[in-house]
Order: sequence, then C-alpha cells, then structure tokens
Amino acid sequence: MSKLTLQGAGKVFGEGENSVEALSDIELGIDENELAVIVGPSGCGKSTLLNIVAGLEQASTGSVKMNGAEITGPDAGRGMVFQSYTLFPWLTVQKNVEFGLKIKGIKPGARQETARRYLELVGLTGFEDALPKALSGGMKQRVAIARVMANKPEMLLMDEPFGALDAQTRTQMQELLLSAMEKERTTVLFITHDIDEAVLLADNVYVMSRRPGRIRDKFKIDIPRPRDHRVTVSSEFTSLKKEIMEILWEES
Amino acid sequence: MSKFKAPIIYQLNNRGLTLLSFVVLASIWCLLSYGGIVKDIFLPTPGAVFSSFGEMHREGILIHYTLASTYRVMVGWALAVITAIPIGMLIGTSRKAEALFEPTVDFARYLPVVALVPLTLLYFGIGDLQKFAVIFLGTFFQLVLLVSDAAAGVPKDLLRAASTLGATKWQSYRMVLIPASLPGIMDSLRITIGWAWTYLVVAEMVAANSGLGYMILRAQRFLAVDRIFAGLIIIGLLGLVTDHLFKLITEKAVPWSEKGGARK
Repeated sequence: MSKLTLQGAGKVFGEGENSVEALSDIELGIDENELAVIVGPSGCGKSTLLNIVAGLEQASTGSVKMNGAEITGPDAGRGMVFQSYTLFPWLTVQKNVEFGLKIKGIKPGARQETARRYLELVGLTGFEDALPKALSGGMKQRVAIARVMANKPEMLLMDEPFGALDAQTRTQMQELLLSAMEKERTTVLFITHDIDEAVLLADNVYVMSRRPGRIRDKFKIDIPRPRDHRVTVSSEFTSLKKEIMEILWEES
Repeated sequence: MSKFKAPIIYQLNNRGLTLLSFVVLASIWCLLSYGGIVKDIFLPTPGAVFSSFGEMHREGILIHYTLASTYRVMVGWALAVITAIPIGMLIGTSRKAEALFEPTVDFARYLPVVALVPLTLLYFGIGDLQKFAVIFLGTFFQLVLLVSDAAAGVPKDLLRAASTLGATKWQSYRMVLIPASLPGIMDSLRITIGWAWTYLVVAEMVAANSGLGYMILRAQRFLAVDRIFAGLIIIGLLGLVTDHLFKLITEKAVPWSEKGGARK
C-alpha cells in the first residue's frame, strides 16, 4: 500500500459562475521513502495539490489519505518547506529549528542536541545564535529544511523551495538535499517547474497537465544514486529531460 | 589635494545635525524677537519665556499642571491600548470578528473627537474622567484599525509553516501571530500616543481647572504670550521624550525587526 494516496481528488475555488476548477481527478500513489517530484506548467494547480496533502486546504472531491487515514488538517506528520522564507524572525536559528520539538514537548536539553545535529546536516554549524535577518536566502532555506527535518515528519513537502534562489545557490541546495536524503531517507513530495531539478532529485517525476491539473504522466528515474550535478550531463538525463520537456510544451 | 571643502553639513554626524536644527530654530527666534522684527506681543523673547517658567514654578503650577496633563494622557491612552489590542487582533485574524466590529469602528473613526467633547462634558463633567474619555475616543478606534492591520499583515506562510510543524491554532496564535504583529503594534502605539496629547490639550482648553491646555488658554486671556510659548515648549519636549522612549522600548522589544533597515 502506498504511503500517500490521492483518488479522484479535485479542487474547485469559488462558487457558481465564478468558480475555477484547479485540480481534477488526481490519481496519485507515493510509496514510503519515495522522492516524488511533481512538475507542471505554471498555474496548473501543483501548489494547491501540495497544500491539500499538507492539510492546509481541503479537496472538494475525492479522497486524500496518508497511511490509509483521511487527511483532515495540517499536522507535524507532514512538514512543509515553502518557497517564501518562513523562518520566525524573532527566533535565533537554533530556536527556529527547535520550534516543532518544543511544541512536541521535548525537553530543552534533548531538543538543543537534535537542533544542533540537523544544523550540522545542512552545514550551518556556527550560526546557531544568528537571527534570520542576518542570513542569506540560501541559508534561510537551509534552516527551514533543518527545522522541518528535526521534527521527523513522515513526509516532507517542498513547494518550490529553491525557486527564489540564484542559480548557483540553487545548485548547492539541490546537492545538499540529495546528501541529506542519503543520510536520512524519508518520503518526499517536491514541487517544481524546473525540469533539471526534477530529474536530478526524483525517484519518480509526475507531470501535470494544464489547468484543471491532472497527473498526466509518470517517469521513473533510474539514474543510480548517490547523484550529484555531474549526472545532469549524462545521456540518460538529457533524454529524460527531453521527453518531459516535450509534454510540458504541449501543456503550456 | 582638492581645493573643494565639503560644506559643514556633510562634516556633522547625526547627533550634530539634530543639534544644528535646534540651534537654527533658536537663532531665528532670537533674531526675530530681540531684533524687534516681530512685536513681543506676538513673539516673546526667549528670555521672557525662560523667566515665565520661573514664575509658574513659584506659583506652583508648572510641575503640577505638567503632571496633571501627563497623568491624563497616560491613563486615557492606556485604557485605549488595553482594550484596542485584543479587539484589533481579533478583527485582524477572524472574518467573523471583522464583520462584527469593523463597520462600527470605521463609523466611529470618522467622527471628529472634537465634536464629541460637548457630549463627554455632559456625561462626565470637567474632571479627569472626561479627559480620559476624550483621549480614549480619539485613540481607541484608530488603534483597533492599526492593530488589526498589523495582525492581518503577518505573512500567512509563517502561520502555515507553524501548523505543519505541529502547532495548534492557539499555539500559532501565541507563538507566531502575537510576536509577528509586535513591530506593527509598537508603531501604532508610538503614533497614537502623539494623538493622545493633541486631544488632551483640546479637552483641557474647552473645560478644565488644571493642565497645560488650561494654562495656555488662561495665558491667552491675560495676553501672557510668554506663558503660551512656555506651554508649547513643555508639550513639545514631552513629545520628544515620549518618542525617544518608544524608540528605545521598540529596540528592546523587537530587536529582530527588519524595519528601518535601509536607514543607516
């Protein structure tokens, strides 16, 4: 059984004549420890899909289940990294990472230890006491990743987390995520409009149609792990990229 | 070496510039009054104003009136703050509360407080209670709006991030919404305490038997222009001190705020 299953999931915004159908009849099954990447033309509803999985929005039709249980609202089991910077600006880097652990009621000593470990994982040892306003965009997203991973969610949801970063930082962040996943595998649902990013990271790339979004195709990415940026010039990579790109061209 | 010498204004630091603005203002005043350009019935000399401070002190009203006015401002404004913050937070975060309160608040906000002074006199007499009422009416409705804007302006993704980290509604409110609204709230407090002073002076000029507004009005009846100026100076200085205090408190309370980052 899949970790996450969406069956006939749809979403309609508004009512009557002004209503807009954002998602239609989504069929999706994501396995435990799968790194699933969804790509789609802009406005296809991929962020809406992720918000529904997070529990931040409700599907209008169909069912959305994790471990066989209907998702009714947000919880710590599905942690999310957003495209916008969402660090709490009044908390230090360390306290930001501790946020979810504090809510869980974990004792200060244990949560400090956990936070330190995850800050090390994202390469931010030494920045524990910095305030978010002192960090660059890439560093803020690293803290956001550490914050969500420290919370040990069953599923990691990422909504174009590197979309606001410059090309070079973006590359670094993709490799950081790859290496973090090598060390601590978990189920990931990642959304992007960048095909390179999708193929580089994914076990499976799901391609969405234009609005109302459906899951149109699924590509299994067999490029062996561990991966890094060198694979982006391999023939396997480029042929996959080309196939996906052609579908996206049709859809946009 | 360049022959060009930078004008003096570029050589001063910020403190120097502040001082310069006061020196210029005082010089113009001295020139106009001691130079006899403006009659002293319209513009008293700095010396005359200075000695009127002494006179009022001997009469025992200088400190008494200043404290009376400050007390009224503090109590009236504090009452508005205590009540407006929770209501503003509610309006800023709940559509139902917005529907319930906002139209009324907007209606009341556009009523000039000065027009309400006669009613407050009728209801509360001429004592402190009436001054509190005027200040309250003048600042409460504005504060509700400013606070609700501060709360509504908190990025939604901050709250969403908290909820996907496991925070309940109440925890997000307490641990995210309140601290995130704080810089905006501090700003609105700083703005409205200035208004509180304005409304107080208005109220004291209409009816009172102590206070700085009362003192200014009486001075006008006796053509004691030096006392009017003394009163204005005290109000200005109190404003300056309050504003400075607020800046300090804001820096202490929200050192993480990115506001004002462009000003170096």
